[in-house]
Amino acid sequence: MPGPLDYALWLVGFLAEIAVVVCAIHRRAFARYIPLLFYLLCDALVTLGLYYCLRNFGFNSSTYFYYYYYSESVLTILMFWVIITFYLQVFEEMGVSRQIRGAAVLLLTLTALFSYAVVHQNRDHLTSRFVVQLNQNLRFVGVVLTYLLWGAILKLRETRTRLVQLVLALGVYFSATAGTYALRNLFPVLQPSVLRWVPPVIGLWLPLAWGFTFVKVPEEARLATARLAVKAR
Amino acid sequence: MIAALICVISLAAFLQFFVSYCRSILASSRKVELSDRVREVTGIANENVGADDFDRLLQLVRLCPERADDQAEIRAVGTYYGLLYFVGRLTRPVIPSVAAWVEQERRSCSYFAAVALDRRISYSRDLFSQQIADRL
Repeated sequence: MPGPLDYALWLVGFLAEIAVVVCAIHRRAFARYIPLLFYLLCDALVTLGLYYCLRNFGFNSSTYFYYYYYSESVLTILMFWVIITFYLQVFEEMGVSRQIRGAAVLLLTLTALFSYAVVHQNRDHLTSRFVVQLNQNLRFVGVVLTYLLWGAILKLRETRTRLVQLVLALGVYFSATAGTYALRNLFPVLQPSVLRWVPPVIGLWLPLAWGFTFVKVPEEARLATARLAVKAR
Repeated sequence: MIAALICVISLAAFLQFFVSYCRSILASSRKVELSDRVREVTGIANENVGADDFDRLLQLVRLCPERADDQAEIRAVGTYYGLLYFVGRLTRPVIPSVAAWVEQERRSCSYFAAVALDRRISYSRDLFSQQIADRL
């Protein structure tokens, strides 16, 4: 059963997501970041749904289990929409929006096929493994997409501080969650004691980091991205 | 096998994203010049803030009244500084070039803490002036 800390994390995450949306509207950034704000709103709604499932069906019910993991998968796919809009912003002067959308659809289809193939091989323990495997693969696709985007930002010398910080926060989120799901697959015994805390804490990171960016970094702020690349001199 | 590969790649990507994110926060403080007031309080004579000054500066920051908008960045940079300290100790005897880079980054963290202190001192003075004005 979730304890007071779980409820506290849910509540803080929910409030932070709503606060980021309000803050973005207040700072007139709504039109430019519609997918990002839509994602945060959906995440807040999913949190409410999760609470509803917990109250009505219980923590150990299959309804709660499937709601948790499948809503995560849907949210990750929504997050791909956010990444695609970041790609479109980075490449907006090159006029390659159609190619970017095509590549994103192809990548999603390949991920679904790959997950299906993996599950097909493990049919005997299909249900519980499938959702974890699917989430791990979706998050890893997120890591790859964000990493490629970060590479493009460095290569094209993108200077918009707000965009850079939003992308980096997303990269931290995806890599941490993909790593956690992979660890969970490797060491299921760690799940109840350690790994169960990582997704809610990392879920908190994203609205806090994005909120910080919207509050502290104006749209017109610029920085030299070459200085951010990790290089030993 | 696939899960192990994803785990290793994700960890490497996480470190890179986290370091770049912290550097993007530090980059904003690099342009800020320290006031004479904060130099006097901290004993910093020139532009170079020592890499080991971070903890001392952070203690001074904590003595000032809190500002709601700088908590998250101070925490993120504090974590980054801790990570750098750990990497610096590991690499100093083995890879001097990495150790030199770590030292430079730690100096940037200390400079960030000095800028945060400067902002908090200004904030405290504003609060104080406001209270005096309210009493009058």
